[in-house]
Amino acid sequence: MTRRRAGYDGVAVAMPVTVPYVRYSIRGAHWWIGRAMAELCQRSGVRKEEIDGLCVSSFTLSPDVAAGLTQHLGLSVRWLDHVALGGGSAVVSLRRAARAVQAGDADIVACVAGDANHVDSFRLNTANFSLFARDAVYAYGSGGTYASFALLTAHYMRQYGATREDFGKLCIAQRASALANPHALFKQPLTMAEYLAARPLATPVHLFDCVMPCAGAEAFLVMREEEAAARGLPWARLLATLERINAFPGDPVQIRGGWELDRDELYGQAGAGPQDMDFLQAYDDYPVISVMQLEDLGFCAKGEGPQFVRANGFTVDGSLPLNTCGGQLSVGQAGAAGGHLGMVEAIRQLTGQPLGRQVPDAELGLVSGFGMINYDRGLCSGAAILATGARAGTG
Amino acid sequence: MSAPLQRPKRKNPILRTRLPTAPPAARSRMAHGLTAGAARGELELQVCRDCGATQYPPREACHACLSDRLAWRAQDGRGELVSETTLHLSYELFFRERVPWRLGMVRLDAGPIVIAHLHGDCAPPPARVKVRACLDKSGEAALFAVPEKETPNMADDRQLREMTCDPKFRKVLVTDGKTALGQALVRALVAAGADLVWVGHAEPWKKFAGFDELAALPQVTLVPLDVTDSRNVREVAAEIGGRVDILVNNAEHHRAHGIGDRQGVETARAEMDVNYFGLLRLAQEFGPAMRARGADGQSSAVAWVNLLSIYALTNFPPHGTFSASKAAAHSLAQCLRAEMRGSGIRVVNLYPGPIDDEWNQLLLPPKLAPAALAQAVVKALQSGVEDVYPGDVAQEWLARWRDNPKALEREVSS
Repeated sequence: MTRRRAGYDGVAVAMPVTVPYVRYSIRGAHWWIGRAMAELCQRSGVRKEEIDGLCVSSFTLSPDVAAGLTQHLGLSVRWLDHVALGGGSAVVSLRRAARAVQAGDADIVACVAGDANHVDSFRLNTANFSLFARDAVYAYGSGGTYASFALLTAHYMRQYGATREDFGKLCIAQRASALANPHALFKQPLTMAEYLAARPLATPVHLFDCVMPCAGAEAFLVMREEEAAARGLPWARLLATLERINAFPGDPVQIRGGWELDRDELYGQAGAGPQDMDFLQAYDDYPVISVMQLEDLGFCAKGEGPQFVRANGFTVDGSLPLNTCGGQLSVGQAGAAGGHLGMVEAIRQLTGQPLGRQVPDAELGLVSGFGMINYDRGLCSGAAILATGARAGTG
Repeated sequence: MSAPLQRPKRKNPILRTRLPTAPPAARSRMAHGLTAGAARGELELQVCRDCGATQYPPREACHACLSDRLAWRAQDGRGELVSETTLHLSYELFFRERVPWRLGMVRLDAGPIVIAHLHGDCAPPPARVKVRACLDKSGEAALFAVPEKETPNMADDRQLREMTCDPKFRKVLVTDGKTALGQALVRALVAAGADLVWVGHAEPWKKFAGFDELAALPQVTLVPLDVTDSRNVREVAAEIGGRVDILVNNAEHHRAHGIGDRQGVETARAEMDVNYFGLLRLAQEFGPAMRARGADGQSSAVAWVNLLSIYALTNFPPHGTFSASKAAAHSLAQCLRAEMRGSGIRVVNLYPGPIDDEWNQLLLPPKLAPAALAQAVVKALQSGVEDVYPGDVAQEWLARWRDNPKALEREVSS
């Protein structure tokens, strides 16, 4: 008998902030995180002194950790976390922060993710990403994550008959959404012909299957509902979350993420199913992982991802709006902020303050995260279901 | 099937020689367990002494039972290729210069998943393969998946050749052609496809036994070379150093004595002069030119072979001063290896037991036939190992030394 998990009653998720991305910047991670914190305060009216909880994600803070960041930014907090789960960080940060707020360990938690991108920093980060990556992956061709995802994608295509056109459909739909987002680094429409003609990075992964590394930051605030209401902030409700690290270690090649293990509990906790979601913000560093999320999060059965893609539309007005700001594939991947992009976009959609196009009547949305290709697969899976609490302009 | 290697065209002397680059060399201390096996041509993985689980990547605790009693054990490397990719883009110069590059993901029958370089003859997944441990151009262990069954021209695979030092179509210098071993080396290298073999002889005014037969080989060019003569070594290097792809230093001075039964230091000095200083002279004169040619096309400079001795590991008192000179040479060869590694030149050290020659007359068999040692050198170059312990005596000494070096020291002196 598993104990029933407590809900997230009373928790408000508010103040979506994006520090616009740039391809390369000479700024350090502290600058990006500092800008995000400043904008959180400026736009919410919350004074820096009122923020008593901080949850940070970054790959490029070294040699600092979160504690050093508090001194750097002059923050004094009573709750601090450094979530190093890559693309899984946003969901996990939110779930930690929500419990801290519920328990009263902190009143206002800033969840922030930001990373620098200097001209050579991505190569250095890739070379030293993890012990296993350094010892057993990077010396084999020195590709980035695209080489690891090529192995997963090739296997998925062989197993379930997915085609490049299936993946291309998702990339093209996201590009269409991105054109309305002023922050997106990609500003031209993408056609199927262009997608198919792109140069190969590691077969079957081609240029437009792969996120572009950049610098940037994303942030949001977690507080009690009353607090958000008293400050007149639009906010979203947190209904359910899941977090699973290193699921299915016996699968020879990753064909599913931890979502599959915990999705029933996730939907049970939310009292809703995949069919009820107004949008999905899936982790999209490579389209194959978006397709796996469609399956593992129950939008279709395992192996039916390609058919599901062919049968649905994924733009803002499609049957399943997916990565509605353009996703990382069209906006850019700002390191650990990449995992926060979908979360911040979900808060925007549910509170009626989108950067690009608004999903009509969006009230309920799913955000999922995926991260840490430590060796041969992504270790961290996360998902959160959020609902509209108070929209902008209605408070 | 791999296309058979073709004799490279003559090099255009106007074009700039491409400088060597190397694949990433950073490894954890644990991962060097793999290097230790690969140096001898063995695939060894950690196996848990408590639960028997095989581990990869190398680690500090068993993934199945958390035991820290992990022992490196030889593996047959058999497994199934479960996915593959061909890399067209790389972050590192070494691979940028060599893409497309095929990689595979293999599930070993022993359990672990490995990412490996993938031979061109492996069928697309799912396919049976065999994973070997090689040394790459950085001298680090690299896993290489090859077809389970030998295919024609398998050694000629473009990627596999980056891990090996095949003498085929290469130019080799054998530093001493006077000895039976030297002559066996020349014949074995010619048989393995070497294009040109320079053969050194220290006393050109004296015709040694076998001289005419050697000189009759079309691939052979005899060069006066005395490794104890700094000026001569420099002159020979100035003449041919820029073309030597593989240098085999077999020049050796060997007298059977310890300390107490001989007066003075002259014999020991002569041994050091050939066995230690000879290597040093050659390394100083030939090393820089070879280093510069580590990526010079298909027939790049690729290997440096040292004739050491199993007595380099522990002193064999009846041949005490000889052992000491080989220990010195062994140490210097480690220095040479460190200096050569960044340029992709492999330093191959041979640690034979007694060779069947006149200086080992008083030792009982088994003794290593010169032709067998020469074969071991060719095989080492073709398979890409760096430490070779050829023959039964060397293998036994190695096993005893690895098990308990102090015991071996006492055993050989009693």
